[in-house]
Amino acid sequence: MQKTFDIAVVGGGLVGMAIAFGLAKRGKRVVVCDGEDNALRAARGNFGLVWVQGKGANCVNYARWSLHSADAWQGFADELLARSGVSIGFCRPGGFNIAQSREELASKAEAMQRLHLAEPRLKFEVLESKELAQRLPAVGPHAAGAIYSPNDGHVSPLYTLRALFAAYERVGGEYAPNANVTEINPTSGSFRLRVANGHTLEAGRVVLAAGLGNRTLAPQVGLRAPVKPLRGQILVTERVRPFLAHPTIYVRQTVEGSVLVGDSAEDVGFNDGVTPDVLADIARRAIAPFPLLEHVRVVRAWGALRVMTPDGLPIYEESASHPGAYLATCHSGVTLAAAHCDTVAPWILGGDRPALLDTFYANRFAV
Amino acid sequence: MPTDLLFKTLPLAQQTTVRIYIDEQMHEVPGTLSVAAALLAAGHLACRTTPVGDNERAPFCMMGVCFDCLLEIDGVPNRQGCMTLVRDGMQVRRMQGARSIA
Repeated sequence: MQKTFDIAVVGGGLVGMAIAFGLAKRGKRVVVCDGEDNALRAARGNFGLVWVQGKGANCVNYARWSLHSADAWQGFADELLARSGVSIGFCRPGGFNIAQSREELASKAEAMQRLHLAEPRLKFEVLESKELAQRLPAVGPHAAGAIYSPNDGHVSPLYTLRALFAAYERVGGEYAPNANVTEINPTSGSFRLRVANGHTLEAGRVVLAAGLGNRTLAPQVGLRAPVKPLRGQILVTERVRPFLAHPTIYVRQTVEGSVLVGDSAEDVGFNDGVTPDVLADIARRAIAPFPLLEHVRVVRAWGALRVMTPDGLPIYEESASHPGAYLATCHSGVTLAAAHCDTVAPWILGGDRPALLDTFYANRFAV
Repeated sequence: MPTDLLFKTLPLAQQTTVRIYIDEQMHEVPGTLSVAAALLAAGHLACRTTPVGDNERAPFCMMGVCFDCLLEIDGVPNRQGCMTLVRDGMQVRRMQGARSIA
């Protein structure tokens, strides 16, 4: 069996689906080649922050790119609701980054000040403990303060993925499950993809959005994706009455009432399990600023593998040797989803490459 | 058909009884029942309302799977009534929405 498409998107996570929806709604014949159920899926294990503050401390363009997407998120969420009927729980009330000591607060404030000087649209406030207690009453007496930024929000990542699938299929996109791409052969003017179920697909363009899978796929079309797994573990509690109206970088309450507590960062290869020591540490670090969580029951824990480049920044690139082959990889699939749908997709369709993305070529690793 | 006819305690179970309090009302129930069964026997079909939609829920599976029998038992919220045996003097409260922690 052989099928022909305008564009094949490799990877059905948040990155791939946001781009695929952006392409399909602009009238292209798109297929998403997704992996098996047991593929490593960062999109199904993440925390759900649409977060700007503190990002790009060493790269202001990353902060600008995150802000660009966060600013587009409300429109993106509205469009997803209109096209899919799925409410994804997006809100952007501003986020808090809580500090446990005065020194920690001072160093966070200094980093934010540097970012704000470079880009005045990156807004923040420094709150001492007394002011923090007024703004976020759930915080206990031991927090030294917090950075607040109106740029931050949160969303249900699972509903977002579900809405993307529904919206994508409604605009005519095709989805191929259990279609792990094993080989990409550039032919004259198009690409032939061999998938694990024995089928072959042909597409005029190909977008690599396969997360950690991009490592082996990218070289087949003259691209580089030096990404590595970085594990994060998360706890989720029983549902409780709303007590936290803002997301924090570490603790957030979902619209349904569950409390998500994360994160951690471990280099453990491709192991996406959970460990008691890390979970206990996560719980302790959540209870310290939020003592009222002490007796709340945990109902689940999970691990997921982030997709990390050596400098933590994304890569967006069209192959020089095989034009029409694109790579998109990042570890902020939620925050950047709006930009992937409405800024990256038009570029892949032949529009100008957004100037902000000039920071994100893979040749920065070649030095 | 009124559903209360469906709930009959078997003669086998009618040995000792205990006193439990459901929303501060005293009930004498067979000592071998689970809390969820005791609520049903006492005529309380709904033991909680849901956190999101505020809809009533009644014990459904009676074997620890459905989580529709969540109750506050002796001050501890969100306990599974079907997985907890009654005990003399037990204080049971039906839950209204999600537990409050603030």
